[in-house]
Amino acid sequence: MQNNNHAMMPAVPLPFKSRQESGWFLFAPWLVLGVLAAFPLVAPLLGLDYYVGFVQRLMIYSIAVSSLNFLIGYGGMVALGHAGFLGIGAYTLVALLDSGQDSVWLAWGLAMGVSALFALLIGSISIRTRGMYFIMITLAFAQMLYYLAVSFSRFGGEDGYGIYTPLSLGSWLDNVPHALYWIVLLIAALVFAMGSRVACSRFGLALQGIRDNEVRMGAMGYPVYAIRLLAFVVAGAFAGLAGAMLAVNNNFVSPSMMSFGESAGLLVMVILGGMGHRWGPALGVVVWLTLAEVLKLYTDYWHWPMGLILLLSVFLLPAGLAGGSRRRVIK
Amino acid sequence: MDVIFVFEQLLNGVGYGLMLFLLAAGLTLVFGIMDTLNLAHGSLYMVGAYLAARVHEASGSFLLAIVVAVAGTKILALLVEVLVMRRLYRRDHLSQVLATIGLIMIADDAVRAIWGPSPIMAPTPAWLSGPVTLLGSLPYPSYRLMLIVAGLLVALGLYLLVNHTRLGMIVRAGASNRRMAELMGVRVNRVFSFVFILGAGLAALAGALMGPISAVQIGMGDAILIPALVVIVIGGIGSVRGAFVAALLVGLIDTAGRAFLPPLLHVMLPPALAADLGSGLASIAMYILMATVLALKPSGLFPARG
Repeated sequence: MQNNNHAMMPAVPLPFKSRQESGWFLFAPWLVLGVLAAFPLVAPLLGLDYYVGFVQRLMIYSIAVSSLNFLIGYGGMVALGHAGFLGIGAYTLVALLDSGQDSVWLAWGLAMGVSALFALLIGSISIRTRGMYFIMITLAFAQMLYYLAVSFSRFGGEDGYGIYTPLSLGSWLDNVPHALYWIVLLIAALVFAMGSRVACSRFGLALQGIRDNEVRMGAMGYPVYAIRLLAFVVAGAFAGLAGAMLAVNNNFVSPSMMSFGESAGLLVMVILGGMGHRWGPALGVVVWLTLAEVLKLYTDYWHWPMGLILLLSVFLLPAGLAGGSRRRVIK
Repeated sequence: MDVIFVFEQLLNGVGYGLMLFLLAAGLTLVFGIMDTLNLAHGSLYMVGAYLAARVHEASGSFLLAIVVAVAGTKILALLVEVLVMRRLYRRDHLSQVLATIGLIMIADDAVRAIWGPSPIMAPTPAWLSGPVTLLGSLPYPSYRLMLIVAGLLVALGLYLLVNHTRLGMIVRAGASNRRMAELMGVRVNRVFSFVFILGAGLAALAGALMGPISAVQIGMGDAILIPALVVIVIGGIGSVRGAFVAALLVGLIDTAGRAFLPPLLHVMLPPALAADLGSGLASIAMYILMATVLALKPSGLFPARG
């Protein structure tokens, strides 16, 4: 009954009223958006055509990593199986394509829906566990999905499924060069804008309250289980969308999208970028994937420098790139 | 499916389960005592397998290979403990996950640089290459029988160490309540170093023993790490007894699923569907087991913390 009072005076400090929210930092996102929007037009002049596809992949990964950041940073739920939802999204798109539907919009919408359903199912079991057990049970479900995809010989089994027929963006859009790029940019921008709003909404604040003190939030009358489950479903749905977008980007889907390594990579990008920080995921994606891309150019041994960077970041930047040297909030 | 096949597969399951136990024992103690998640445990297994395969090839002595693999991996573990793990155990699980993923990446590249990118063959010792006859008429590969015997001996040794020595008592005290043990005057940090190195030795032993019957290659550690994590979760984190029971369960279910499910489904379903479904179900059997156990007992079969 006292809920209204609590909604008006948040016990937790708002997540992004930090010193960085003043001055030029307010305009930086718009600047980045502008640069990204102009990139496909400018790239050919600079001889960077190849990187249009790369930047598109970065934006898609930012969506996936943001959804995991929402789950871990705001919900305190460390999921080590998030790549499973990317896979569900991608395979939904493949299933539609296989049955003759080639509309991107239908496929992406349905991918979100199917992933949300799976997340509801997986979440309703996983959320009962805590800590290490939650990490492990989400990993177990992702492994199950991985092996299901491996044994699904209709969609290529372990070898994967190549997408050879181009998908349709809708009547006139198909004739615009780089249309997919701008659509991806638009969706990524919307996801980031929405993420910021949700984090400050009542739902977002309640979720952060549960992260910090579950018992107290329960005693105050918040439906703890339902709020956590909703967060899990939302994160799963957006991961599914990212997976379906990745399938269009790569023109290829395979079980390895859902492997342990992929899930671990998503987690690495969240933590490296700065968990629970609005721009952390984007920063983590850009740094991590660009580093891999650059190192691969020069050497076959590109894993160990990245491993070393992970070790150093754990000891030197405990709050991630976006958080500077601040101590991490979540234990 | 005749009796010999069933018997052989069940024994294989026990052997695989015991090897999982060697990995899981170290993992569960490190996690139980220091609340530290070490995803790089599989890398120690990989290093053990490579060392053993190379030393065996060079010297021709299998026993020497195992001794060198275990000792070498322990030295490496000591280094890792001092440089990295010691600074990690007061940190949260996420930092531990991140740092140990970093260790995996470094270990994979180091192995690639030293022993090359392609898988290597681990030879089977000549005196264990033939079959033995069990119970009068059942032939079974002698190497796999040795695996079971060695696994059981190590399990017995570990049981005696944990349950019947002063050191084991301290280890159990640390696992069930670290802070209380510290207040009673136990130097838990030192116990942790000991347990971490012991676990590394066991992982290397498992790698050395598994080498001749599996592929010695980069990534072999990650492939077996996940079943080992499933084992410690089913058994209850921190409990060696739980890890033993869960390892045998997982080993048997995994092996039996792969061996018996496809032929069983063949009887009932069309061949293509049976092949897909059989291999799929067999691969996910242990995860279903884990999800079921966690749904019924959220902290595993034998929770170490009261």
